[in-house]
Amino acid sequence: MSVMSREETEALINEVLEVYPAKAKKDRAKHLTANDHEIEQSKKCITSNKKSLPGVMTIRGCAYAGSRGVVWGPIKDMIHISHGPVGCGQYSRSGRRNYYIGTTGVNAFVTMNFTSDFQEKDIVFGGDKKLAKLIEEIEQLFPLNKGISVQSECPIGLIGDDIEAVSKKAAKDIGKTVVPVRCEGFRGVSQSLGHHIANDAIRDWALGKRDDDNSFETTPYDVAIIGDYNIGGDAWSSRILLEEMGLRVVAQWSGDGTISEMELTPKVKLNLVHCYRSMNYISRHMEEKYGIPWMEYNFFGPTKTDESLRKIASFFDETIQKKAEEVIAKYKLEYQAVIDKYKPRLEGKKVMLYIGGLRPRHVIGAYEDLGMEVVGTGYEFAHNDDYDRTIKEMGNATLIYDDVTGYEFEEFVKKIKPDLIGSGVKEKYIFQKMGIPFRQMHSWDYSGPYHGYDGFAIFARDMDMTLNNPCWKKLQAPWKADAAEDAAVAASA
Amino acid sequence: MPNVMIRQNEGKMTLYVAKKDQEDEISSIEFNSEDSWGGTIELTDGTRYFIEPLDAPPKLPITLRAKRG
Repeated sequence: MSVMSREETEALINEVLEVYPAKAKKDRAKHLTANDHEIEQSKKCITSNKKSLPGVMTIRGCAYAGSRGVVWGPIKDMIHISHGPVGCGQYSRSGRRNYYIGTTGVNAFVTMNFTSDFQEKDIVFGGDKKLAKLIEEIEQLFPLNKGISVQSECPIGLIGDDIEAVSKKAAKDIGKTVVPVRCEGFRGVSQSLGHHIANDAIRDWALGKRDDDNSFETTPYDVAIIGDYNIGGDAWSSRILLEEMGLRVVAQWSGDGTISEMELTPKVKLNLVHCYRSMNYISRHMEEKYGIPWMEYNFFGPTKTDESLRKIASFFDETIQKKAEEVIAKYKLEYQAVIDKYKPRLEGKKVMLYIGGLRPRHVIGAYEDLGMEVVGTGYEFAHNDDYDRTIKEMGNATLIYDDVTGYEFEEFVKKIKPDLIGSGVKEKYIFQKMGIPFRQMHSWDYSGPYHGYDGFAIFARDMDMTLNNPCWKKLQAPWKADAAEDAAVAASA
Repeated sequence: MPNVMIRQNEGKMTLYVAKKDQEDEISSIEFNSEDSWGGTIELTDGTRYFIEPLDAPPKLPITLRAKRG
């Protein structure tokens, strides 16, 4: 049901690549493809997780962004030190809208910025002493913190500071978890390696703390939400569904999460993985070490939510399965009303996405529930396994782009002319000025939550609000308006 | 010599290569009996790995060193 045929899509890719020098063209051609359902493995049609070319615009982040910003940042009762110069921490502070409950500065610290503020002398003489002093001061000023993580910025790796030794000593002194994370920004090609490093740090320094402690009372229905960062309250709207079907959510990783929840996660019966890209590593580790199975789920849009709830229930006994059906039936009335209201206003509209993590494939279902069609999708920092999963979700011959450059994205949009684009804030104003409705899909354009049935209602409202906004009709100067339209107006007068 | 993780995924045995982010189904395994397990492993896409045969089938998932077979 795609808009363009395979030949047209391939011709478009070739046309867009035409302006590049031969070498760049050869490289970029590997990252763009027309979707083909017959290909089982994405590595045969698309290359991913490769270094961006110098000279083209990319919107990727760094390993520090992946660790401090994504995985560790939302853990609310820990203090995350941005160890290094002041900018990295300050300019990434509080940007991701990871909601949490707590009193900021007293027992929750998510939106605050703690930094060692490196100066020249710290680079020359090393910053270990400064770090030790910083941890001591944190402990004095914020005694209700439950742990500290040291997130390295680039200079730490370059000058070779031993943050592990400092952390071990500090952990002994203050009697709390202190986690050194080697997430220097220069590591890897994107934030993706930062996720991996952060997962490994959790595994090595935090996860096993309560392995010998059996005082926690478990139930057969314990689950953990892994890889939900509670953007605009996403984890909460997911959690209520799980609780309604009789499961007990022991931990949220890491939106509105705590260090103690993380330590208790090895005691759950099932790990529910939403963001596969950023947290599959720890799920695999827990499966191997603790024998906890994990499954991916998708809470975007009612169709996928229904599917996921049934799949989750299939891991448990009949009472849970029965309750899951009750939950689905209960919310069906609600979401049917939402679809009935918005589908006529949105049906047949084309969407292009370019986001990160799980959304380029996960939100497709939500758009389809509203009768919209996703005609192009792409990831900032996906790996092959993400594209394996994407091929199945996308329509045949639709456009898929990996680490798309600013130029390519604009050209694709000019040719495909989608009715809506979902991407980041750096793309937002370019496309709005081109007259195309846009949603910032990293933090839901200051809205949300979008997960679960409740989230779907907000999602549908937001899409309608953006697409059918009267402002898009005002972009053309009145004297340039269509003559036919003028005639019609004149005739009706 | 990559580290690979072998696990059961929805009833099928899969091999996961962390370095390559590749997870593929295992189509054949040389030794798969009570007293030996491992050897040459072939994936559905034709890639082959060699794992030192173990004395007994392991409890999955398990991380092992593999050689290109």
